[in-house]
Amino acid sequence: MDINTLRIIATVASFVVFIGIVVWAWSRRREADFKDAANLPFEQD
Amino acid sequence: MSLNSSQAVMYNDTVVRQFSIMAVIWGVVGMLVGVIIAAQLYIPELNLGLPWTSFGRLRPLHTNAVIFAFGGSTLFATSYYVVQRTCQTRLFGGSLASFTFWAWQLVIVAAAVSLPLGFTQGKEYAELEWPIDILIAVVWVSYAIVFFGTIAKRKVKHIYVANWFFGAFIIAVALLHVVNSAAIPADMMKSYSAYAGVQDAMVQWWYGHNAVGFFLTAGFLGIMYYFVPKQVERPVYSYRLSIVHFWALIFTYMWAGPHHLHYTALPDWTQSLGMVFSLILLAPSWGGMINGMMTMSGAWHKLREDPILRFLIVSLSFYGMSTFEGPMMAIKTVNALSHYTDWTVGHVHSGALGWVGLVSMGALYYMIPRLFGQKQMYSIKAIELHFWMATIGIVLYIAAMWIAGVMQGLMWRGVNADGTLTYTFVESVKATYPFYGLRLLGGLLYLGGMVVMLWNVLKTASQGQSVNAPIPPVAAHA
Repeated sequence: MDINTLRIIATVASFVVFIGIVVWAWSRRREADFKDAANLPFEQD
Repeated sequence: MSLNSSQAVMYNDTVVRQFSIMAVIWGVVGMLVGVIIAAQLYIPELNLGLPWTSFGRLRPLHTNAVIFAFGGSTLFATSYYVVQRTCQTRLFGGSLASFTFWAWQLVIVAAAVSLPLGFTQGKEYAELEWPIDILIAVVWVSYAIVFFGTIAKRKVKHIYVANWFFGAFIIAVALLHVVNSAAIPADMMKSYSAYAGVQDAMVQWWYGHNAVGFFLTAGFLGIMYYFVPKQVERPVYSYRLSIVHFWALIFTYMWAGPHHLHYTALPDWTQSLGMVFSLILLAPSWGGMINGMMTMSGAWHKLREDPILRFLIVSLSFYGMSTFEGPMMAIKTVNALSHYTDWTVGHVHSGALGWVGLVSMGALYYMIPRLFGQKQMYSIKAIELHFWMATIGIVLYIAAMWIAGVMQGLMWRGVNADGTLTYTFVESVKATYPFYGLRLLGGLLYLGGMVVMLWNVLKTASQGQSVNAPIPPVAAHA
């Protein structure tokens, strides 16, 4: 296989993963978990 | 209560305290060397005619001291402080954390001795010779074990976003350091790069720009994501945005390096790729800046009475400014004007003094009284004074370098009708001279502010005593 085909696959796969992360971060199901996580600095001292 | 206290374990704040104090001391030292070389550019005789004090040897001493001694100690201190408190557990690895402190100080001392003696690999921000490089790698692996070990034994479900940034910084710097420092030793203090020609240049600037991206950005964003919410007393504006801009930074920073090699022997497509990724970087950078700024919304009045918050928020303004300027300078046609001029030096310092410096000082002012069992720093007025000295110093510095840089770029490309150059090089040096004086003044102010900080820190430490905070009982949030 041509090395450039591999490079194209890696680039496109990275982009798809990133879009996946954006969709995941904005999904409604994550909201409560993110709220908990955001409050972590306030649970001590 | 007695049951709790007998079970209570303390955070390892000893190592945090050691790194915090050394961060302030190395800050003064590194900035002093910066002021000395700025003075040498204004009064060349100040190099004393000695090889050990010449500009070429002191300049890497300055950059290594401020980035790795001041910045590095700040990152160790804050990441150890934050990871324990957001994972609600003591640092992993027992005395390994203490080893990272003493070994990192040894690296700094080795740098301070070997650079003036002229030992260098000749790679910017990676000058240290191979035995010191090996020691750095050992410290870094230990750091990773302590940090990720602490995350692994956390008592809470989530990994707070600040730790994502610290974690990325630790992993990326390990990778960058090992790849770029690969060399063939010739003797104890001399080695040759494992790469040659343009590949060597590309590896160096892949390292160099990611040192900016991961050491000076990701690490300090970790600081921002803990200390801004704590000082404002409200959670970060958007946790979602923090995740998305984190991953966007990770995916893009790695490719921005070629913009350091525009119009060189590097293939044209690589230069264009570097330029495009540098432009894309504006989005994740501003994502972080906006997230930090918006955490203030509804609490802007706090800026009026809280100088620590002012350090943190003004640092974000400089972060926003320099991450707008950077992508712009990475555009090839703009770079044709800015490259090799003092504009680059101004750009670096708006990021280093404005963003990295101020956010570090804000975080240290937050931590140090707590580490010594005090409610606040010895003198709030001195923090105010430091803030204004630093801010005015930065503005003088970067304004001088902007004017000098654009002027140099324009003079160097000035061509007469018959095709000859309008100016000789020395004419541009002469025209730059007054701005070197202005820059020295800005640097002196910034250093002066740091000396005020050192005085305030010593007063705070001697007034209080070393305190290790107790870990809160886990049951409270099970």
